[in-house]
Amino acid sequence: MALTSSDVQTLAHLTQIRLEPDSLNDLACTLSQFADAAESIREIATNGSEPLISPLEITQRLRADTVSEENLRELYQSIAPATEDGLYLVPKVLD
Amino acid sequence: MHQQTLAQQSQALAKGDYSARELTSHYLQRIEQFDSQLNSFIAVTTEQALAQADAADAARKSGTVTSLTGVPLAHQDVFCSQGTRTSCGSKMLDNFIAPYNAHLLEQLQLAGSVSLGKTNMDEFAMTATGQSSFYGPTSNPWDALRISGGAASGSAVAVAAGLVAASTACDTFGDLRLPAAHNGLTGLKASYGRISRFGMTANASSFDQAGFITRTAEDAALLLQVAAGFDTRDSTCSQDTVADYNSSLNQPLSGLRIGIARCLFDASVDSRIADLVLASAGQLQQLGAILIDIELPHSAQSMACASIIGSGEASTNMSRFDGVRFGYRCADPADLDDLYQRSRGEAFGPAVQQRIMLGTHFLSANQYEDYYVQAQRVRRLIKQDLTSAFGQVDLILTPVTAALPRTASKTADPVSDWSCQRYTALANLAGLPALSMPCGQVDGLPVGTQLLAPWLQEARLLNAAHQYQQATDWHHSRPNGF
Repeated sequence: MALTSSDVQTLAHLTQIRLEPDSLNDLACTLSQFADAAESIREIATNGSEPLISPLEITQRLRADTVSEENLRELYQSIAPATEDGLYLVPKVLD
Repeated sequence: MHQQTLAQQSQALAKGDYSARELTSHYLQRIEQFDSQLNSFIAVTTEQALAQADAADAARKSGTVTSLTGVPLAHQDVFCSQGTRTSCGSKMLDNFIAPYNAHLLEQLQLAGSVSLGKTNMDEFAMTATGQSSFYGPTSNPWDALRISGGAASGSAVAVAAGLVAASTACDTFGDLRLPAAHNGLTGLKASYGRISRFGMTANASSFDQAGFITRTAEDAALLLQVAAGFDTRDSTCSQDTVADYNSSLNQPLSGLRIGIARCLFDASVDSRIADLVLASAGQLQQLGAILIDIELPHSAQSMACASIIGSGEASTNMSRFDGVRFGYRCADPADLDDLYQRSRGEAFGPAVQQRIMLGTHFLSANQYEDYYVQAQRVRRLIKQDLTSAFGQVDLILTPVTAALPRTASKTADPVSDWSCQRYTALANLAGLPALSMPCGQVDGLPVGTQLLAPWLQEARLLNAAHQYQQATDWHHSRPNGF
């Protein structure tokens, strides 16, 4: 399954990754190799086998609906690139 | 001191042969001496290590000790360590000082161990070579011209070179068993759910599990005993009782049924490696085990399955790195999209970008059913094959990998580099515990045998590996010059 440079541009957009324009062809080639290597999966007869989402097929345990975490906002925001008044700062979206 | 195993160091500390400070200082001096050529550590926490060693010596004097009191360890840089950079080998987290400890590190520190620092790794554990870290490649101490294997390259190389007796590591598709095999060491990946993953940076969440790289199975048992158990902070953590791994090490192997799938020893495996792995099966047979042929009809699909589902999960996990809340942010972003795109474009290395885009490709609407859901269906078949095999046998024996580590100078073939995990990925696909152990050498390079066990049967794995290591010397081999 060959991916084109145009496919890679679409994927870069979806994944929010800025690529150098001269890297698109090489990247398309590498991704195509990975996709080709995975192609054999389509030939396997699964006979209605249910998709396995997690190796542990157990019911998630429940806990009491009570507050269990303390507020660590200051600690977690101390490693953020930019914060103000407890909020994360990013470039303006609206003027 | 550095020739001793973790268990021997624990005994020597208990007898008073040396103090935790002396042992820690010895390792810090060796790291200083050798690591500039190996690059196995990203961070060496000298002051913290010496303080922990002093605390361990004081605890010993007051009589409050465990088997790990004062024993130095190193931790893969995938585990959050409070107050220390936790980079995952990526520029994205080069400035990330973890605000809390991973559960695994917490347990090992509570037991009194000393942390020497954080070990190098492939960026976000997304390759298996030891070559893709932002901090540079890790050298193979057995042959500097060859790759060390990864992703837990630093954890393996540090133990192999005698810079620490044991290290923690994460395993998504073989990331700790592969470098353990390439470096002549024992690598244990626990069952999915056996060790809490709280604070362990996620790569592919339905596969990731912690484990250890050690010289011996006995050392792995010591560490697992402390690390295993329930933690409310990991929703996948098992509440099942933790076995006594140490006490079962010396059980005889009489009657132990070991399954061998001949399809895993086909022409794609270096025949010299296949011979050594089958010889290790013969050795286990001499110790009383019974060898039984089994079938694993879907095992050839392990890497296709791992590639599709693993990259899909990785692409989702990597979306948290956006330059907003922590980690790298590009300079002077023009707008929010520019912030996201340049932060991720500048800070993720090529292999991580490839994995994210590949995962997004398989998750896209026109590929999802044919590839992603199909891979999940095949994953169930692989798990059923293994479950069915464990109806006949107690353990399964396979090669760790089909080839010796490639030369570092060879142009990387990303698909080939990743496919070297096709035997180890079987355990992650099914959530099973697995162990690699050294079983011989080819051209002076170590080769590993892999053992798989049913879910939560780590004691059986460790017992078989320990008995094998009582009868063989391969785990005593050391690279020259270290």
